[in-house]
Amino acid sequence: MKARNVKNLGQILMMSGLLVFLSSCINSNKKKEYADTGEIPVNREMIAELTSPPHVPTPVGKRLAKKLIVKMEIKEQEGEMVNGVRYIYWTFGGTVPGSFIRTRVGDEVEFHLQNHPDNKLPHNIDLHAVNGPGGGAESSFVAPGHEKVFSFKTLNPGLYVYHCATAPVGMHIGNGMYGLILVEPEGGLPPVDKEYYIMQGDFYTKGAYGDRGLQPFDMQKALDENPDYVVFNGHVGAMTGNNAITAKVGETVRLFVGNGGPNLVSSFHIIGEIFDRVHIEGGDRINDIVQTTLIPAGGAAIVEFKVDVPGTFILVDHSIFRAFNKGALAQLKVEGEEDKKIYSGEIEDGIYLPEGGGVQSMPAVKGVAEVDIPARSLEEQMEFGKSTYMQTCFACHQSEGQGIPNAFPPLAKSDYLNADVDRAIGIVLHGLSGEITVNGKKYNSVMTAQTLNDDEIANVLTYVYHSWGNSKKVVTPAMVKEVRDQ
Amino acid sequence: MPVKLTSYFLLLFALPWVAIWAQEDQMAKVKGGVYTPLYGADSTAVGVSDFYMDLYPVTNSEYLAFVNDHPEWKKSRVKKLFADGLYLRNWESDTKLGKKVVPNAPVTNVSWFAAKKYCECQGKRLPTMDEWEFAARADETMADARNKPGYNKYILGWYEAPHTFKNPIGSTFKNYYGIYDLHGLVWEWTSDFNSVLLSGESRKGNDEDANLFCGSAAIGATDLMNYAAFMRYAFRASIKANYTVQNLGFRCAKNVIDNKGEQELSFNSMK
Repeated sequence: MKARNVKNLGQILMMSGLLVFLSSCINSNKKKEYADTGEIPVNREMIAELTSPPHVPTPVGKRLAKKLIVKMEIKEQEGEMVNGVRYIYWTFGGTVPGSFIRTRVGDEVEFHLQNHPDNKLPHNIDLHAVNGPGGGAESSFVAPGHEKVFSFKTLNPGLYVYHCATAPVGMHIGNGMYGLILVEPEGGLPPVDKEYYIMQGDFYTKGAYGDRGLQPFDMQKALDENPDYVVFNGHVGAMTGNNAITAKVGETVRLFVGNGGPNLVSSFHIIGEIFDRVHIEGGDRINDIVQTTLIPAGGAAIVEFKVDVPGTFILVDHSIFRAFNKGALAQLKVEGEEDKKIYSGEIEDGIYLPEGGGVQSMPAVKGVAEVDIPARSLEEQMEFGKSTYMQTCFACHQSEGQGIPNAFPPLAKSDYLNADVDRAIGIVLHGLSGEITVNGKKYNSVMTAQTLNDDEIANVLTYVYHSWGNSKKVVTPAMVKEVRDQ
Repeated sequence: MPVKLTSYFLLLFALPWVAIWAQEDQMAKVKGGVYTPLYGADSTAVGVSDFYMDLYPVTNSEYLAFVNDHPEWKKSRVKKLFADGLYLRNWESDTKLGKKVVPNAPVTNVSWFAAKKYCECQGKRLPTMDEWEFAARADETMADARNKPGYNKYILGWYEAPHTFKNPIGSTFKNYYGIYDLHGLVWEWTSDFNSVLLSGESRKGNDEDANLFCGSAAIGATDLMNYAAFMRYAFRASIKANYTVQNLGFRCAKNVIDNKGEQELSFNSMK
């Protein structure tokens, strides 16, 4: 939220303006304004600091323009999209998105693009910060086992996308070849407390969301613009749980947010936070007080906000099915003192039942597909069950089965769960609504019937029963079938 | 006199055949035809004559034998003009493959110059890009499988799979012509690999932006769905004749017309 002492701020600005005026009388030659940023002279060489997401390099501060040497290595490598799903990513610097490059206006960037000998394909780089044919793509087209060097001068401050532009370009971007390059203005961006790097991307796999194994790129889905995954920073859960980004109450956070695409436009939003300032599309213009900012494919935005209260704030693409079902979720965890004036927390919990609560159900699917790979051991049941849990149960029952107080009952050390395994199977199969008591606390909400097959239910329940102090029951597909057939 | 003539006749008739058999032992005959390449001077149909193509890519052990016969192509002696610093990079030494190299896997990290020389020493030549593309349209059962959804998927699948250059020859499918491994192991050199996109082509002038980046790659292409071909053309455009790449090998080809001409010639001269 916006700083409240605007008046005081104005006074400070006036005073500091006076100081600048005074000091400028003393050092009148120190700062020279260049009408044409192309004329800014460079001073010495420097190796650029490159960082992996969600981190960004040190701000440029007051440093002079330099000859900045950027060494970027391209690697085609296997990674994990979500638990149990592997994918061959093509990367700038070994991560999706690629390494963050931080420059200032007037820098002369000497760019070394290195294509690892193990790679199969030629690549290049098109930096939107470059003024020149192909944004550098023309001069950087490099075969495996080779290195290309080109240089450019940063003329316009802003946050820019870079990406591979080798034919077929959609496939190179679709496999993760994008990142951000920041060009800071003279003197740098105003200092803030925390800075992070986030980039959205859509992915197209042969199998549906969560289908296990090594999933190849699906060209037809990419052409149809129908992704299986829409994620922040390359894979599901890149910034949730232990990987969440953090801040403290009262700090100002700046996010460098990009959208690699290849297809989708992002409606970037933080649940429970209002952006104080947004550099629209990564450029010069600032928009104040923004709820959701649109980030085009191949575009970026800088968003800034002060966090006022503690808690977990969820970053989403507000095209909300992408967030809920395709992975476009990240978390910002804020620690510090609560401020009940700004946010009270729950004050009262009453019951409201207009016409009796019926069980809300998803459209019934006849004959849910059998899994390709049945679990053969308890370890596999645990592994597969965890992946189902993270996709299906996690949103309500949370990562450690702790649930959400007053809304969703806990699964950890749950007396209700451990009392009756068939009842638990039945709830997953058919859903549940109405009041229940779990560990001495009353809950009255709705769980929908889940469209999972017998194997998946057996695995996920076995996972739950073997986690968080539960009774270590093993649930078999046969047990699920029995309850299903009742 | 009649006896002598007969033996003379036999000799003339038989000799070319012996030579042909020796060379075309491990080759398949590809019946030519007309096809439309992804890119071309005018993006229209191109005629391809009948030709022979090696059944398999050239292997490490075959190339080792060549290097032993032609020491100027040894790792330590090759001229930098003809092969860059990565030439036979994974080989242990000039004459030893070593542990990292699979003897019957395709030889890679060889330059265009080296590949060309190898084929010449076998009485063969590198296939042209059109010949290679023409033969590579085939799957197991059809000469042109480009419209089958599975065809593109298969090829894209191996472009994404790492380290396939270590797989032995013959480990992928046998195509319509009986040729193995055109897709699935390594990229392959062609004699005119750089003819389509390099801007050094003076006839093209500067009016046409022939670079394979961004949207401009889609201009002038005849089949926007053939991602696999896009990737091959992009790869070819990124290399130079002295480059040696870990995923790039080669196989040889041979004219059919010439041999046939010789046979006909010798046959006619007898009459």
